[in-house]
Amino acid sequence: MVKTDVKIGGLNLKNPVLTASGTFGYGLEFADFVDLNKLGGFIVKGTTLNAREGNPYPRSAETPLGMLNAVGLQNKGVDYFASNIYPMLKDLDTNVIVNVSGACIDDYVACAEKVAALDKIPAIELNISCPNVKQGGMAFGVQPQSAAEVVAAVRKAYPKTLIVKLSPNVTDITEIARAVEGAGADSVSLINTLLGMAIDSERRRPLLSTITGGMSGPAVKPIALRMVWQVAKAVKIPVVGIGGITTGADAVEFLLAGASAIEVGTANFMNPAVTGEIVDYIENYLERHNMESVDELIGALQV
Amino acid sequence: MKKFLADLTITEVQKLNDVCVLLMMTDEKPLPHCLPGQFAELRVDKTPTVMLRRPISIHCFDAEKNEIGFLVQVVGDGTRWLASLVVGDKVNVLLPLGNGFTMPANVDKRLLLVGGGVGSAPLYGLAQELKHRGNDFAILIGARSAKDLYRRQEFEALGRVEYTTEDGSLGEKGYVTNHSMLNEKFDYIYTCGPKPMMMAVADYARRNSIPCEASLENKMACGLGACLCCVENTTEGHKCVCTDGPVFSIDELKW
Repeated sequence: MVKTDVKIGGLNLKNPVLTASGTFGYGLEFADFVDLNKLGGFIVKGTTLNAREGNPYPRSAETPLGMLNAVGLQNKGVDYFASNIYPMLKDLDTNVIVNVSGACIDDYVACAEKVAALDKIPAIELNISCPNVKQGGMAFGVQPQSAAEVVAAVRKAYPKTLIVKLSPNVTDITEIARAVEGAGADSVSLINTLLGMAIDSERRRPLLSTITGGMSGPAVKPIALRMVWQVAKAVKIPVVGIGGITTGADAVEFLLAGASAIEVGTANFMNPAVTGEIVDYIENYLERHNMESVDELIGALQV
Repeated sequence: MKKFLADLTITEVQKLNDVCVLLMMTDEKPLPHCLPGQFAELRVDKTPTVMLRRPISIHCFDAEKNEIGFLVQVVGDGTRWLASLVVGDKVNVLLPLGNGFTMPANVDKRLLLVGGGVGSAPLYGLAQELKHRGNDFAILIGARSAKDLYRRQEFEALGRVEYTTEDGSLGEKGYVTNHSMLNEKFDYIYTCGPKPMMMAVADYARRNSIPCEASLENKMACGLGACLCCVENTTEGHKCVCTDGPVFSIDELKW
């Protein structure tokens, strides 16, 4: 029997497979296709202090082996989550992690405090990298100083595991990673979506209502792998790899590059059962390679 | 309702014109029960560019024959691949998705089904069900030209069908909202087709105080209410076409 469990800060995952915020709803949408308790955990959609309607339609555009989205953090607010969604999730035998976003530091802190009060939520993922909201979001995540400020403020208010989700839309992602590590983050997850754009040439119009949006899907995987590789060497805290992971082999690649866990995102739209298949693949991979534990894979790239 | 993910087998392919095919599929196991107006997400394999599934409305469903049918109109690489499938091929299908059309509580109402082009697809399954229930209904389908009016014989076998074409090649020339049958009295309208057509039908329904529901096809990714890409702005804010729809009462829509 191989050991697939990993640790992210104080968080124990039964395996390194998580889902990326905004691609897995509140988990329950996928319960017909995957046993949620089989996953290391899942990260529920971006939650803010107050309800947000998000951006106008159209909010998505398919691109070659990828897609752009500009949802803009549509959600009913943290209080709605706590009273209406949390009760349906709290008895699951997996880690339910809330992705927390905000327009200013006070909002991040207030939202994180409310999530901290929910016993069965062991961690938050702080979203300082959403490219689709005018205020806040990515604005915090593209400068080391502002990234550190918001992380330090949330760190004071949030005692459980704090994962910070990083933007790839920066000159040097390792600089941001080090800044948030210094501010008290337990882990960094990367990458959030890459800022992109799509145009309908016949109509001479953008395909998204917001003109630009966040790109995800298999097309971004090489960039994500490179950034995970760089960040894993630059920080001591565990790294969670995200970006175009579509198969079990993709997941193993991220572990080899130095990720301690991975998040499956856009692939959930292609195959709603994919997360369970990735868990099986990793177990099978370890057996095939005569490895006892997934720890042997993490950062084991031979160069 | 539990959703299924299965590799269905193509049992029949009918080329309806240059750009549209009817795909019939089955499975060794019983297909889940599908309601008129629900849809499926079909995975597109073996293309170098396409990633997302294609949401396609359910054209017909036969529980006894364990068979389901889709009309696929080629608009890009994904639908081109789907339209190239042959008997015996497998397609990974996620279904049934969304909510179907509202079934009338009794048979005393006169119903009108208004379709536009390939948007007439789900109205066929709806008409089958309405006929089975003994409802009084008529069908009005519009298209650019006679060749774009799909499955005419099959529709006509279910009841009265009227047509409009933009070029006048069949039925009355013009748009569905100009058809003379709209001078008759109807108590309820179902519509599916291009958005401008449905908006015109909704306008007609409002002016005549007729309840009306429309089936939308906003661009979609997951089909499960998770990604929030396919939202329609409604009187209650953004709603997902995939899980709150695809069928909406026009009273909810801000058209």
